Amino acid sequence: MSQKKEIDEGITFDTFMEGVWRQNPVFVMVLGMCPTLAVTVSAVNAVSMGVATLFVLVSSCLLVSLIRNLVPKEVRIATYIVIIATFVTLVDYIIQAVSLSLYEALGAFIQLIVVNCIILGRAEAHASKNPPLKAVVNAMGMGIGFTIGLLALGATREILGAGKLFGFSLFGEHFQPWVVMVLPPGGFFVLGAWLLLFSFMRSRSEKGVAHE
Amino acid sequence: MNESLSQIFIATLLTNNFVLAMFLGLCPFLGVSGRLGTALPMGIATTFVMLVASLCAYGLNLLLSAFHLDFLRLISYIVVIASSVQLVEMVMKKYSPALFRALGIYLPLITTNCAVLGVALFQTARDYDFAQSLSFSLGGGAGFTLALVLMASLRERLQLANVPTLVQGTALSLILAGLLSLTFMGFAGLGGGE
Amino acid sequence: MSEPIPVHTTPSNKMIITMGLVASICGVLIVGAYESTQDAIANNKRIMVERAVFKVLPGAAKVSEYVATPSGIQALTGNVPEGGVKFYAAYDQAGALKGIAAEAAGKGYADIVRVLYGYDTKCQCIIGIGVVSMRETPGIGDKIITDKEFLKNFDALDVRVNAEMTALANAVKVVKHGTKQNAWEIDAIAGATVTTKAVGRGINESAQKLMPLLVPHVAELKP
Repeated sequence: MSQKKEIDEGITFDTFMEGVWRQNPVFVMVLGMCPTLAVTVSAVNAVSMGVATLFVLVSSCLLVSLIRNLVPKEVRIATYIVIIATFVTLVDYIIQAVSLSLYEALGAFIQLIVVNCIILGRAEAHASKNPPLKAVVNAMGMGIGFTIGLLALGATREILGAGKLFGFSLFGEHFQPWVVMVLPPGGFFVLGAWLLLFSFMRSRSEKGVAHE
Repeated sequence: MNESLSQIFIATLLTNNFVLAMFLGLCPFLGVSGRLGTALPMGIATTFVMLVASLCAYGLNLLLSAFHLDFLRLISYIVVIASSVQLVEMVMKKYSPALFRALGIYLPLITTNCAVLGVALFQTARDYDFAQSLSFSLGGGAGFTLALVLMASLRERLQLANVPTLVQGTALSLILAGLLSLTFMGFAGLGGGE
Repeated sequence: MSEPIPVHTTPSNKMIITMGLVASICGVLIVGAYESTQDAIANNKRIMVERAVFKVLPGAAKVSEYVATPSGIQALTGNVPEGGVKFYAAYDQAGALKGIAAEAAGKGYADIVRVLYGYDTKCQCIIGIGVVSMRETPGIGDKIITDKEFLKNFDALDVRVNAEMTALANAVKVVKHGTKQNAWEIDAIAGATVTTKAVGRGINESAQKLMPLLVPHVAELKP
């Protein structure tokens, strides 16, 4: 792995892909778990939560990056939290205005985006040390990686637990849904299974590299 | 809702356990629950912060509603929580430095613990009065601690077992959590309704 | 011994100014979003209520919000006053009163189950329910939406008030599946008693509060 120097490094493809694959928040870093398990009972809810988080992530990182040279280091965490809370409040109102039924489905977890470790982590580790455009690209990568992770979980749980995908029935009338998958235990099991798959794939690729 | 105090407490402790049924407080649940020695103090510290957050949220909500400033609710809650955690940190550093060092980074992370903000948000959404809020936050904290302690005990035991390398780590914790959650579903109907 | 390195701490006023600046930016953003979305949100809420009311009172075309208080009935503007119960009056195209709709909520298995029930003033009975929100177990608790036998309970659920107009003549009760004998009882869904009881309790609570205040003044309801 090459060392990254913050100052000279421009925006590379890796800046974006870091969040999608190598440091995927759901499958690799296992961060932001609370909304991940609670709202992924269907693919639609999962994607909506992912997009809402993406919006908050990108806006917060943009604002944090813009004021990064003005904020004294003692108060930076408090400042970041206030900024993130602002954008979450925004998203809360926007979702209510767009679709009340979606708002009911996602519930309190929209407001819980503010304590999603991913956002504060990105703001602190990346956005506060990089120019705005780079911060935004990286945040987008993270957000999209998060959404992909949520979608994988949501789709799996919806298919197994309700026989549907995005609301469309897949298996017809006689499908016996595996109801536990849309209940809390199912969330834990499905995420565990995905993590298992990822660690299996990674160990395979490491073995492949070692043999060369 | 005209739920009695004991109903709220039992429901939040067992039936609607914060971690195993409502998915709140998962980051510390998966992170700190490796050893019983750290799990229990972490649970107690979090319960204390939840209690403080619940009381402040109740007061703040009354204030904000009176002045029609509902849109400031989220920001004010999170700022109050961050401050309470700072306070707990300072008190712990002074009176129990060993424990402070043992908990390390996880103590300030209570700020981003969904369970703490979750207590404040849920009690506001359900319109609980003062006594109900207290019961709710105590039940939530106790439930969180219970889940943490159970998980820690299980994981300590599992260190002696022959678990395949692939499954070790977070995947194993999640499967354990799933089994715990399944078990807790058996508490349904306990202490609720007629 | 080397000299201690001076630690650079930011002066307090700089911290205060920066936080003040950030707070102002955030304040503007929040208030701006709030103002610009309020109309859309109020509209959405109104549409949701109307859709729910039209479902439990078929044939209705217009919905008005009212509140019933110990001193009488009045149109609802703003918050519900202490001791008052909110309800909806639905009118058909011609302007005649089609029925009343009110909300009922009871704690179910997972969270609160909210239903809207339709009430006919002539027979003093509930003529239908619609589930507004619930988080019950799919395949078990959500049968309250789909189970036709269960929904038949609400074709003519008796919620008459007693002679003194202080409470219901007979409290709404949920009974074991198959044992319903009276018009004010609800047959539970076998295997989904917790959710069913939540619905029954919610309706009973709501009706006990609303009917004694509403029935004496029913004739006043005009479009």
